Amino acid sequence: MFELIRANRRKSIALVAGFVAFLALVGAVIGVLIGYGLVGTIMAVLISGGIAFASYWKADAIALSVSRAHPADPQQYQRLHNLVEGLCIASGLPKPRVYVVDDPAPNAFATGRNPRHAAIAVTTGLLAKMNRVELEGVLAHELSHIRNYDILVSTLAVTLVGSIAILTDVAIRLMWWNGGRVPRQGDHDNGNNPLAFVGFFLLVFAPIIARAMQATISRQRETLADVSACQMTRYPPGLISALEKLRDDTTVVHSASSATAHMWIEQPMSGVGDEGKLGRVHRLFDTHPPLEERIALLREL
Amino acid sequence: MLWIVLAIVAVLIVIAIVTYNGLIRSRNQVENAWSQIDVQLKRRIDLIPNLVETVKAYAAHEKETLDAVIRARNAAMAAPSDPHAQAAADTMMTGALRQIFALSESYPDLKANQNFLALQEELSATEGRVAYARQFYNDSVLNYNNKLQQVPTVIFASMLKFDKREYFEADESARDVPKIGF
Repeated sequence: MFELIRANRRKSIALVAGFVAFLALVGAVIGVLIGYGLVGTIMAVLISGGIAFASYWKADAIALSVSRAHPADPQQYQRLHNLVEGLCIASGLPKPRVYVVDDPAPNAFATGRNPRHAAIAVTTGLLAKMNRVELEGVLAHELSHIRNYDILVSTLAVTLVGSIAILTDVAIRLMWWNGGRVPRQGDHDNGNNPLAFVGFFLLVFAPIIARAMQATISRQRETLADVSACQMTRYPPGLISALEKLRDDTTVVHSASSATAHMWIEQPMSGVGDEGKLGRVHRLFDTHPPLEERIALLREL
Repeated sequence: MLWIVLAIVAVLIVIAIVTYNGLIRSRNQVENAWSQIDVQLKRRIDLIPNLVETVKAYAAHEKETLDAVIRARNAAMAAPSDPHAQAAADTMMTGALRQIFALSESYPDLKANQNFLALQEELSATEGRVAYARQFYNDSVLNYNNKLQQVPTVIFASMLKFDKREYFEADESARDVPKIGF
């Protein structure tokens, strides 16, 4: 279990480093094609980073109001509070604020910029459908997101996606207006350079590739949270049983949107045609690994 | 030449400070975790009087079971701080509590009583908390021992008076499977 967690963290770092390298590549291509590569990249990162970190700072308030969550009364939701407190003792985390979302679909999410400003929300559907050990497994998964600073990691990923989107958008426009000439010493003519076409196609597809990388990071952090949850409770069957129930339940969460999809424990919207020819392409952009895969991994523990 | 030597010495000092601070933090976490276990055990003891009163209201003539719980509580409160005495008192308490909850099967009014249900939930949550506190203590000890015994630190750890910590282990009797009779 501990080995899996360490391996997962190494993979996270590799993915984020790869993402940054990809951003650098896009910046370099732009530098070759139209000049201003370095300046452009820095400005794009600053703009995208500014927006992303503003939303990261207020992550808890935003996420909770978008989902219409209300604080869970300790008297009414005694078991929920007790389970959260027990898990916080096991992990040494301060207790986050606990919220409830009125929705018949079983789901849960965690948010907040660090463990001291964190919040957990569960739907009434989850509370109704799960028994004690299953609920504990789900809560451990959410607390693991907080402990592993996943909200920070996904903010980094979003910053990188945003930077790439801004950079490529502006670059393509500049190329269009300039007619493809490089405004440098004047001795460079990229008209016949075949690499220019490659660079151009990279610019067009970069945002899509970036989104796929962001989804990969998200899936990998979900797996890390699953394994961390089992380390917290030392009881994998609880979470396995909860995931099996989620797999067999087909209700859709109403108060989720694609903007918040990545935070929930299971994809809130039904997959866009997971079978069929484009199935594998669609799966590349899933924010969560398929439930069958998650269950199989946990059984190995 | 002199600058290089000074730079190396400075780096070594920084490494030493960082390592020492890390060990101090780990050791303090171990001690904090140990006292957390006591906090949770005490919380369980505090819930007992309320439980006894609720049960008396419905099942006053079940004297032996109620007395067993009260005796267990007194023993737990009087037990000295050493881990073995604590564990023995703990086992006695768990056994007595189990009898009370088994009792509720014969008294449907008691079983349906809201107060009793809330207490049952609190007690089982507290048992969970005690278990988690012990788990966290063991995890902290693992973390501390790891840091202590790995290579650069192990060389000067005993000089600085850092010693290995012991894990919390279950009392022998807790490993016996409880017999449940119907």
